[in-house]
Parts: sequence; C-alpha cells; structure tokens
Amino acid sequence: MEGSIALLGFGEGGWGPSIASGVLVTVSLALATLPVGLAIGFFVALGKQSPERSVKLAANMYTTIFRGLPELLTLFVVYFGAQIGIQKLGQLLGYEGTLEINSFIAGMFALGVVFSSYASEVFLSAFRAIPKGQYEGGYAIGLSSGQTMRKVILPQLIRIALPGLANLWMILLKDTALVSAIGLADILRQTGVAARVTKHAFLFFGVACMIYLVLAILSSFVIDAIERSSAKSGVKR
Amino acid sequence: MTESFINARPATVMRPPAPPKKWTRGRVVGHLLVGLWTALLIGLLVYLYSAWNPELIAKYGPTYLAGLKTTIGLVGSSILLGAVISIPVALGRMSKNRIASSIAYAYVYFFRGTPLIAQVFLFYYGLGSFKPQLEAVGLWTFFREAWYCALLAFALNTAAYQAEILRGAVRSVALGQWEGAASLGISKFVTFWKVILPQALIVALRPYGNEIILMIKGSAIVALITVYDLMGYTRLAYSRTFDFQAYLWAAIIYLILVEIIRHIWDWLERRITRHLIR
Repeated sequence: MEGSIALLGFGEGGWGPSIASGVLVTVSLALATLPVGLAIGFFVALGKQSPERSVKLAANMYTTIFRGLPELLTLFVVYFGAQIGIQKLGQLLGYEGTLEINSFIAGMFALGVVFSSYASEVFLSAFRAIPKGQYEGGYAIGLSSGQTMRKVILPQLIRIALPGLANLWMILLKDTALVSAIGLADILRQTGVAARVTKHAFLFFGVACMIYLVLAILSSFVIDAIERSSAKSGVKR
Repeated sequence: MTESFINARPATVMRPPAPPKKWTRGRVVGHLLVGLWTALLIGLLVYLYSAWNPELIAKYGPTYLAGLKTTIGLVGSSILLGAVISIPVALGRMSKNRIASSIAYAYVYFFRGTPLIAQVFLFYYGLGSFKPQLEAVGLWTFFREAWYCALLAFALNTAAYQAEILRGAVRSVALGQWEGAASLGISKFVTFWKVILPQALIVALRPYGNEIILMIKGSAIVALITVYDLMGYTRLAYSRTFDFQAYLWAAIIYLILVEIIRHIWDWLERRITRHLIR
C-alpha cells in the first residue's frame, strides 16, 4: 500500500508529475476540440434543416460518414492521411525534409469531426423544438435573418440543446483516450508507460480509470451550474 | 363582411404558375458542397483504382475478411453476454434495496464514466499483475488470451449501457399495466415476461440498435491489445506496406457494416410498430 502511494506520489521515483501532465493534455485536448466540434456541428445542423435539397444532402452525407466510422479509424485516417498529404505538398513545393504532423492537432481535428456529426443531430432536434413563430416574430419587428438567428433563436437553441451537448462532452472526454494510440502523452499513455516500467499495471490503469471518473464528476458539476444559470435566463412557463 | 368578400371571388381560381427557381446563395452553396462530396468520392474511387494492386489484394484481402469475422464475432458475443449481465444490473438499479441499488449504480457509473479503451487495458494488462493468484484458481489460461479479455471488458461495458436502456424502457411502461395484470391475479414474473417486456422492448429497440453500432465502432480498439480484428489486420497491412489504401478499405467496410445494421434496424422498427400506426 505504501509502495503504491510512493509510486503515485510526486517524490523520488513517483509517477505523479507525468500523470499530472497527462491530465493536462487530456483536458486541454477536450477543451480545444469542443469549440471546433460545436461550430461545425451547428453549421451542419443549419444545412440539414435548409429548404434547399442539395444542402441537406451534403449535410446528411457528412453525418452518415463520420458517425459510421470507428473513432480510432478516423483518428488514424486523419493522422496518417494528413502526414502523407503534407509530405506530398512539401515535395511539390521543393521541400525535401520529413514533415511531421502534430498529433495534438490531428487528434483535435479527428475528434472534432466526430463530435460535430453527433452535435449536428442534437442541434437539429433543438431547432425543431423552436416554434416557427419565433422566427416570424423576429422578422416582424424588422430583424434581418442573421439578427433573428443570433438574438432570438440562438439563446433558446442553446438552452434546449444543453442536455444533449453535455452528454456529448462526456463522450468526448472519454474519446480523448484514443489519442494515446497516435502517441500523444495523455492520461492513458502516461499511465501505460508507468505500468510498463513498474510492472504495476493494475494499479496504474486503475488510477487512469479513476482520473477519468473524477473528470466526469467534475464536469457534471460544471454542467449543472451552466444549466441552472441558463434556466434562470429562460422564460418561466 | 368577410363572407361577401369570399363570395366575390370567381368560382374557379387559376393558380399562377410557380415562379422559376432562382439560384439563391443557399442553392449555390449546396450545389458546391454536393459537388465537393462527389469530387471526394470520385477522387477516392480513382485513387483506389490507380492504387489497385492485385498482389496486395490477394495477400491482405483474406485477412480483412478474417478480421471482419473476428469483429462480428466479438461484438455479437459481447452484446449477447452483456444482455444477460444487464438483467440483474437493471433489476438492481430498480430495486428498493439500498445496498443492491447502490452497487448497481456504482457499476453503471464506473463503466459508463471511464473510456472503453482504459477498461480494456485494465483487464488485459492489469489482470496480468495477478498472474500467481489467477494461476492458483486456474483462470490464467482465460485471462492470458487478449480475445477473452476484450470479450469480458466489452461485455461488462455494454452490460452497463444495456442495463440503463432496459431500466428506462421498463420505466416507460405505465404503472397501470402492472396493476391491471395484478388485478387479474397474474404473478409478477409472468406479468413482467408477457405484459411489460413486449411493450418495453418497442421503446428499447432504437437504443439497442445504437448500442450495437457503438460496440462495432468501439471494437476497433481491440487492435491495440493485439487482437486481429478488422482494425488489427488493417494496422498490420499498413505497417508492412505503408500503403494508405489499407485504411481506406477498412473505412469502407466499417461504413457498409454500420449502414447495413442501421437499415435492418429501421426495418425492424417499422415491422414491430405496425400495430401503432393509425
């Protein structure tokens, strides 16, 4: 028992600092992915409810493809595909050295794409929950369609979509563990290294699971707080 | 006043012809996006055609099929095993007994709150720490195999999700159904089996379908613990040839697999909700 505390500690021979840096990488990756995924997801949802058939088709193809692929495969396709693409581009421009792609950026992009394809469905059902009269009311008082979207629809949309998006955030947090497969030093990677070196695999992977649980619990507190404050600004029905 | 106004109109009104469709900005953008997708798909086809290498296909094609079989076998057996485990968990979650419900809650929270990949690592590498103890009880041959470890981790993981699906579905059946059956003198077990479950399964069908698709996609991570499923053979092919089409073929196979399941599920749902369509 004392041995495991020493192993997890921050002192001599303790793996605390490296695991802590892994937590930092995981959290920052998830936080960096969130806005990317939300923005793409919002525009894809806009496309899905557009009256124009071609826009709808393009948006639906996006969701079908990225919801159907395993996240790990998407990650590998983005990581290796981008690597090859950049290499080719470099050769085209006459650069002969090897170009490495940052695994953080690749992970952010791949997870963002997956997140956005799920988020677009959440946004779409939120859009459908907003009555048409809200748009008409906006136009009636002379707002442009952009202003109506920003000032009338969006605040309601966020409130309705919040539970679904909170769910997706939890999934995103767990999916970040996959980036350890492309060499990013996140929680799972760091605990894996520690497990291999110290031969205490159960201890370290157990700790990894516990850290993910703690992150989930912490985010549920934050989500609750956001939900409460957004409910306050809503209309009392 | 309004009536006379309506009557003032001629008996038959000729509709004006629909105005020609204008090239609005949205329409242009939509066509551009569809064009982009088409270009990407054609590009993919052209790439796969130009990179077509009979030797490569002959060498790795059969391994992909074997990998696909492993994936389907792993997902199928873990879903079934998970369904069995999920029943006591769901009962525990619904139980009035404090201890049973908190154990079930902790189980579900752990397996839903941690990444599947971490759970798989915990089982595969972690249980290796207990090799002497496992050898003593004769379970080591089981936990030595990556496939069995993956199966166990997947089954326990999906059991947690399926328990929640089951619980939600049973809760969605109105309490009056229980009371009605009780007033007819039907035992609780028969009520559950013959009255509640058929109604609950309709509600549970869609989430179950989603869970199967999530498991198919999630199963790709067993490639990281040396199980040769579809993803495992894909990584093998890529690491030997450095030919990017290895990943593209895998993507196509996974997409087809998921789309097949999705369509089967749509058909199933239409079929078993026939009596609800008015």
